[in-house]
Amino acid sequence: MDVFHLLWLVPAFPLAGFLILALFGLRLHSRAIAWIGTGSIGLSAILTLWIGVHFLTQPPANYQYSLTLWTWFDINGFAPGIALYLDPLSLVYIFVITFVSFFIHLYSTAFMRSNEGYVRFFAYMNLFVFSMLVLVLANNLLLLYLGWEGVGLCSFLLIGFWYRDEVNGYAARKAFIVTRIGDTAFIIGLFLLVKQFHTLNIQDILQQAPVVWSAGATAVVWVTILLLGGAVGKSAQLPLQTWLPDAMAGPTPVSALIHAATMVTAGVYLIARTHVLYSLAPAVQLLVAIIGLLTLLIAGFSALAQHDLKRILAYSTISQIGYMFLALGVGAWTAAIFHFMIHAFFKALLFLAAGAVIMAMEEEHDIFKMGGLRKKMPVTFWTFLVGSGALAAIPLITAGFYSKDLILFDAFASTQGSFWLWLGGFVGAFITVLYTFRMVFVTFYGEQKKPITHNPEEEKAMMIPLVVLAVLSVIGGWIELPHAWAHFTPFSDFLTHVLPPTNLKPDMESQEFMLQLLTAVIVFAGIYLSWLAYVKKPALSASWKNTSLGRACHDFFYKGWMFDQLYDKLFVKPVVWISRIDPHDFIDYIYEGFGRLNVLIHAGFSRTQSGYVRWYLLCIAIGILFIFSLILFV
Amino acid sequence: MILVWLLLIPLIGGVMAWMFSGLSRWIATLAVLIDLVLALQLWLSHPSMPIQPVQGTAIGAGLAWIAEVQYRWIPLLGASLHLAVDGFSLLMIVLTLFIGLLCVWMSWHDPVSREKTGFYHFHLLWLIAGMVGVFMAMDLLLFYFFWELMLIPMFFLISIWGGAQRKKASLKFFLFTQFSGLFMLIAILALYVLHGRQTGLYSFDYTELLGTTLSREVAGWLLAGFLLAFLVKLPAFPFHSWLPDTYTQSPTGGVALLAGVMSKTAAYGMLRFALPLFPEAARMFAPAMVILGVAGILYGAKLAYAQSDLKRLIAFSSFSHMGFILLGIFSMQELAYQGVIIEMVAHAISITGLFFVAGMLQVRLQHTQLDAMGGFWEYMPRMGGVAMVFVMASLGLPGLGNFVAEFLILAGAFQVHVVWTVLASLGLIASMIYSLVILQRVFHGKSKQTLTHADLKPLEGLVMACLVAAIVWIGFFPQRIVRSVQPVVQQLKQIAVKQNNSAADYEWVWNDLTLFK
Repeated sequence: MDVFHLLWLVPAFPLAGFLILALFGLRLHSRAIAWIGTGSIGLSAILTLWIGVHFLTQPPANYQYSLTLWTWFDINGFAPGIALYLDPLSLVYIFVITFVSFFIHLYSTAFMRSNEGYVRFFAYMNLFVFSMLVLVLANNLLLLYLGWEGVGLCSFLLIGFWYRDEVNGYAARKAFIVTRIGDTAFIIGLFLLVKQFHTLNIQDILQQAPVVWSAGATAVVWVTILLLGGAVGKSAQLPLQTWLPDAMAGPTPVSALIHAATMVTAGVYLIARTHVLYSLAPAVQLLVAIIGLLTLLIAGFSALAQHDLKRILAYSTISQIGYMFLALGVGAWTAAIFHFMIHAFFKALLFLAAGAVIMAMEEEHDIFKMGGLRKKMPVTFWTFLVGSGALAAIPLITAGFYSKDLILFDAFASTQGSFWLWLGGFVGAFITVLYTFRMVFVTFYGEQKKPITHNPEEEKAMMIPLVVLAVLSVIGGWIELPHAWAHFTPFSDFLTHVLPPTNLKPDMESQEFMLQLLTAVIVFAGIYLSWLAYVKKPALSASWKNTSLGRACHDFFYKGWMFDQLYDKLFVKPVVWISRIDPHDFIDYIYEGFGRLNVLIHAGFSRTQSGYVRWYLLCIAIGILFIFSLILFV
Repeated sequence: MILVWLLLIPLIGGVMAWMFSGLSRWIATLAVLIDLVLALQLWLSHPSMPIQPVQGTAIGAGLAWIAEVQYRWIPLLGASLHLAVDGFSLLMIVLTLFIGLLCVWMSWHDPVSREKTGFYHFHLLWLIAGMVGVFMAMDLLLFYFFWELMLIPMFFLISIWGGAQRKKASLKFFLFTQFSGLFMLIAILALYVLHGRQTGLYSFDYTELLGTTLSREVAGWLLAGFLLAFLVKLPAFPFHSWLPDTYTQSPTGGVALLAGVMSKTAAYGMLRFALPLFPEAARMFAPAMVILGVAGILYGAKLAYAQSDLKRLIAFSSFSHMGFILLGIFSMQELAYQGVIIEMVAHAISITGLFFVAGMLQVRLQHTQLDAMGGFWEYMPRMGGVAMVFVMASLGLPGLGNFVAEFLILAGAFQVHVVWTVLASLGLIASMIYSLVILQRVFHGKSKQTLTHADLKPLEGLVMACLVAAIVWIGFFPQRIVRSVQPVVQQLKQIAVKQNNSAADYEWVWNDLTLFK
């Protein structure tokens, strides 16, 4: 029991790591930096494991545990605390965060070695892990928002890590500002909650909401829409998805940790955490599903046309989070969290492997300039293949199959699901297979186009994380088996203490097997098709690209459906234009005008004092004349 | 008696600094440090004031002072040297002295203050004394006296030690504040006469004047007189045009006190005098003031983004943030009042940090043009690090003081003004856009020149560390401030705008749009 009292140490270790590195880092040896940076996360991970084991064997009452560290402020009863809250949902999150972070930190010790700013990197990374842990452990929405903005800050800092290049600075700024737009919606939602409940404690709100609000009440619709605004910003969903592909300007471990495994799934966490509110606003929940569906399709098509290995993975991340949103939207809460976890494993793996490839290719990102790396980089190849298999959801042997298949089934069979939602997800799954194996075949098969100078496979610190994550990408799926085969669902059973089970339409379980079969067919069809187009007959894809329609499609998808261009015209240009007009503040001219007028009057009067007697006499004469004429004629 | 010492120490210290010019920095440090210790000790020993039960209906009945002295001054006129402090005053005094001390240290190596060092510190200390006086005067004539007293040393600080256009800037500053202050004097005199006629007791005493009954129009005019002085000093839209010139031309030590503390005297004046003296009229003015606040937030942000000079950018960012204070005060909600007071402290610290960074850059580069900067992280990572903290404070990052303040202000304002609060929240996006310019154009990007030994010197490091510690402390432990200003907020709560509770049907959104019907 007492181990739960140590919960605060889970975020405290990374914070301590950050503080040490930030304050004394410039004087530390790089080996010490690596130890502090990675060790702090390692301690967190071990503690999380310990807490997790206790949680499973001797769960606290009602499967929830609160720990108030101190009261942030208390104004007439509105008293958000610096307080942590542990339940199965946050436990899953902190487990994934600490372990994936640990392996990515370990990888980074080798990957970032030749970079200047080694200490800066680990300081920011530790601060990120701290913020992310606060985000998921917060017991109130204000503290959650603290973590939320904290991860945003670290994302900004790490995207712009190589600060000398203005392109990176631009990408960092874009990410920060676009997510801030969503965050502003989020915080307005918080104002609304404060007005209504006079508290931001999540559990209190979730308990009171069904009492205060009837289903579909205007207030709850507004609150959920505003929170959704925050979620789509952070999770790079439509319409705020544009920042994530550019965010790949950061170092690859950053992309793996922040822009794939953890931070971008914060939106999923937020919606799952406030699921009661969304259940009260069915229209908004449907909106969540539609946003997810559209995003997964749009991003999937965009991934098909990318050349940059990291951008393919970025669009793929957007697309996979789209699946999570789809799951949330149809009330498949546990499925969304399951896919989050599995996705964290295989997407982190894919990014790390991609990092190794890019390192071997001397910072070459274009997959068409790689090729044939299968033999030279066997560990990277095989782990990348496992990750790709999970992403493409190859049946039975990969974890991605179990998680994605559950979402597809629920999209079809849940009471909030429909055939169309399933179909969209199904098409998305096919596209996923296509872009995934296009990436695999182009990068690792064919002829080698560039020699490898420094093979990262010699770095143990980089290879161990790949292997571990590859193992997790396989066995991770076995903790939640499909209904059709066996009732072995420990993962969702565990989460049911927080999240309601998915309501299925009657007599759906029988159809699950058919759906799975269909998925299996398109997965293998997709692999075959990519093999055909990129290995067997490369001319096939080239000839398609040379048709005018093909080129237009390619361009359109390559530019991410032209969202950047659209937003540039709609928002960026007008804002810059407005700031350009009148930079010197027209109001100042008004006051300056007063000043000028005074000077002018002063000058006029001082000129009358000329010193000539004849001028004074003339003035007197005119004055007398004026007065007389007044007397005489008026 | 301690209050008299709090005033006298900087005054005497100032004269001493002038006389012993060679030692002036040490004298100034000692004077402000002793004063700070005294004030801090007094503040810390009264963690929370018991809120006395309100007797009578008058606002301010049951005000409890931590320390109070009253001496005869001009008994014929009913003016006295009435000094008194509660948690709020003390908080502001501690803030003044804290910033003041850092200003003394910051100008230690500043070549600008090397000329006429003793005279410089004389002005600095008298300025601090004037501000301390403003925060403890409970006699309106005395308040006006201190209000003007802080103006004069500030004027000389700018006109003697300022930048290239210091003459014009100091004149502009003087005219704006002096002219607007006159209206306050007229309002004070009018209130004095009216109160005297009613009760037969002619007095400038704050507690005496509090319950004065005034007709709607008269109260409106008098409040307008007070507000004009405060709005100019804050500054609020559209009275801000003295600000960029003055802030950019001031020496670093001066601008920190100007932007950090002097602007807060205006907010203090509103909370302490304007609202409690004329509650009815304040309610009447509230919608207009809320709109001015929101206009200031957005217009200031727009101007800040358009600047090509670092100091002007920071100056306009300060103007933008003052909009939050105005919005908070006149939304008349408990959350917002608390937010305003936290913002007064947090903004003072963050803007001081930003202006110090700009000042240190100016010493090293001899200019503050953004176009000629870039890539300085390479040469001064420590300064970049602290600059980042204040940039983040400025854009409202949680964990730093400004976030708590702005959140409370907006959450409070939202209770009564949905649409205006939403517009003000756009300021959160805007503040990010302009704040990142500071970080990215100064410290990121390619370096255009090579600097050697440019990073923080030990004393500069100490100053910045104090500021960083303070802003983080407020970010995580604002409760200390909340508790100590509780009585003032309770007093102000009595004049709250009636809260509309029909949240369910959202009529209030439309009520909001038809404020002036």
